[in-house]
Amino acid sequence: MIFSIMVSEGPYTHQASDSAYQFTKAALDAGHEIFRIFFYHDGVNNGTRMTTPPQDDRNIVDRWSELAKAHDLDMVVCVAAAQRRGIVDVDEAKRHGKDGDNIAEGFRISGLGQLIEAGVKSDRLMQFGD
Amino acid sequence: MSTVKKFMYVNRHAPYGSIYALEGLEVVLIGAAFDQDCCMAFIDDGVFQLVKGQDSSASGMKNFSPTYRALGDYEVTRLYVEKESLMERGLTKSDLMELTYEDEDDDWAEKPSIQIVERSELGRLMEEQDVLLNF
Repeated sequence: MIFSIMVSEGPYTHQASDSAYQFTKAALDAGHEIFRIFFYHDGVNNGTRMTTPPQDDRNIVDRWSELAKAHDLDMVVCVAAAQRRGIVDVDEAKRHGKDGDNIAEGFRISGLGQLIEAGVKSDRLMQFGD
Repeated sequence: MSTVKKFMYVNRHAPYGSIYALEGLEVVLIGAAFDQDCCMAFIDDGVFQLVKGQDSSASGMKNFSPTYRALGDYEVTRLYVEKESLMERGLTKSDLMELTYEDEDDDWAEKPSIQIVERSELGRLMEEQDVLLNF
């Protein structure tokens, strides 16, 4: 089955990102395909490489990056939601005159159309939120 | 895109106090460009999004309620409002904005977009959908 995943909450405050990660991993292990993972609302905060949790806790951002690398996953951060919350890649930083970028490895910034397309092209769109 | 799926955008939050309603509406407007079969549902505090006469000026938050009036032009013509959620909050249909669309299949007659439906009926409508997005 082809799944897409939507993450609607940021890391740590809510369990949504953890649950989405566990679901994605389980789906991949079971042989399913992940078309896309889309981060919206505070979910975009899963995509900053500046995240530095205590060493005895899970690193939610790194975990996503590693999973994406291992399975060649398409992880998209919504541009409008990202702009509000200060998640920027090199191009966005340049466009808005910011002094640096913070997007984590494996994430890319794109528009909401990517979420709708994920809904159209996947058998199931699973949303993880609050 | 040739596939047409049924999308329902489920709005559960009040318009201000969190960003879910505003960002949810942004998804609906973008989604409208994809020529899918889409509708919206308003349940729980989500029914407050459609209350008329909103004034958010004291909060410093943008009053985005006029955007709901544009939904008809985006061919989002079915807004299901849950009857029980209205009642539980002391609201009636007359407290809501009068949202309309022009029906191209009926000589562009102006028709109401808001339909008040019972919880059980809304459950049945959700059952029919291919994609549910919650905001």
